[in-house]
Amino acid sequence: MAHFHVTSRAGEAQTLEGVDGWRLMELLRDHKMGIEGICGGQADCASCHIHVDPAWAGRLPEPREEEEDKLDELPSVTETSRLSCQIIWGEELDGLTLTVAPD
Amino acid sequence: MSPAEFVSPLATQETDVLIIGAGPVGLFAVFELGLLGLKARLIDTLDRPGGQCAELYPEKPIYDIPGLPSVSGQELTDRLMQQAAPFEPDFRFSQRVEHLSKRPDGRFQIVTDAGEVHVAPVVFIAAGAGSFTPRKPKIDGLAPYEGKSLFYAVRSRADFEGRDLVITGGGDSALDWTLDLLPDVNSLTLVHRRDKFRAAPHSVAAMEQVVADGRMNFVLGELDSLTGENGELTAVTIRNKDETTAIPADRLLTFFGLNIELGPIAEWSLDLEDGKQIRVDTEKFQTSTPGIFAIGDINWYPGKLKLILSGFHEGALAAQEAFRIARPDEKLRFQYTTSSSELQKRLKVA
Repeated sequence: MAHFHVTSRAGEAQTLEGVDGWRLMELLRDHKMGIEGICGGQADCASCHIHVDPAWAGRLPEPREEEEDKLDELPSVTETSRLSCQIIWGEELDGLTLTVAPD
Repeated sequence: MSPAEFVSPLATQETDVLIIGAGPVGLFAVFELGLLGLKARLIDTLDRPGGQCAELYPEKPIYDIPGLPSVSGQELTDRLMQQAAPFEPDFRFSQRVEHLSKRPDGRFQIVTDAGEVHVAPVVFIAAGAGSFTPRKPKIDGLAPYEGKSLFYAVRSRADFEGRDLVITGGGDSALDWTLDLLPDVNSLTLVHRRDKFRAAPHSVAAMEQVVADGRMNFVLGELDSLTGENGELTAVTIRNKDETTAIPADRLLTFFGLNIELGPIAEWSLDLEDGKQIRVDTEKFQTSTPGIFAIGDINWYPGKLKLILSGFHEGALAAQEAFRIARPDEKLRFQYTTSSSELQKRLKVA
């Protein structure tokens, strides 16, 4: 089973199980990590902002223009900022490490 | 203006049902209430109807509305407006409901942030995920500057006249206001995290031209901290990777889009689920306070699904109970639009 490591806004670290084909946003929402995903995963609301561990940032598929555009609207954007609704879970992400961005 | 035309901002305005939120579910509730002969007034923080459908995804198709195999957020809004039109709903846009309380006469009173007071025997909360509010920069000590030298929107151009202004953001609002305010200010610096902009290409080209002409500056990076005293800004520090630059400025405008928050609803003593959704029964969709209903994404009950179609159903059932409360002396008659001449008259088709 593939897992990922999340640090919550409160700074608590947890290891969660992935589900193939789910959006990372959906996994975080399911585990009540304070991710809203209001628009349902179409990169419209930017309520699923995460900071990916720099070691992992380059291993994820590049953000599409739509995601970059939405990131433009957010505060606290870093080099490794992503919208978690744009990352689809698969076994290759085993070990992914991320922090939920401030809301 | 004659005294008869003057409406005091504090004058009490009465109606049958006050609907908080003019998204799809609030709009369809107008229709269901209208069929029963009840008038509705809708209040929304946005400046137009449609809620999330209009604000977040106006152009994206929605595929799960019964009878409409594919409809965009904007088109759904337009059609619901058309369907509600015979009942002449009354809209109050760009206002947020701040207070909700019960009056001695048993009716409810709500006060908006524009100071308007509305009274009705029934309130529908159809507020979706809450109200849209500007996202703030994630830096400490903003409060003293807010509304004085730090702004999240342009309410009055006079706030920026002759000032040294810093604008942050890369979207349409940031670019449009950059170009718009440039002639008024003493100096202007636009700050953005990358040198690509999401805004309309002609705005980007116009901005690049004024930067090339030396009429304004563009700085790559993000807000790091503010410097000033008693809410009066003197400089804005920008960070780009490990480098920081202080830009002398006495005004800062940030455009970080909109966030959705529950807002004042949390303080209305209603039973909440998880602190975010309002608990209702599944017969009337009434909250823990009789006379106050919650429909659409804002409510919670066992089995709740946040779907537009669920909200339509909830509004239809809540409208039945709203009638019983608003018209206690009348008998509720169940009728179909296909056969009832009374309903057809209300729909203005007969």
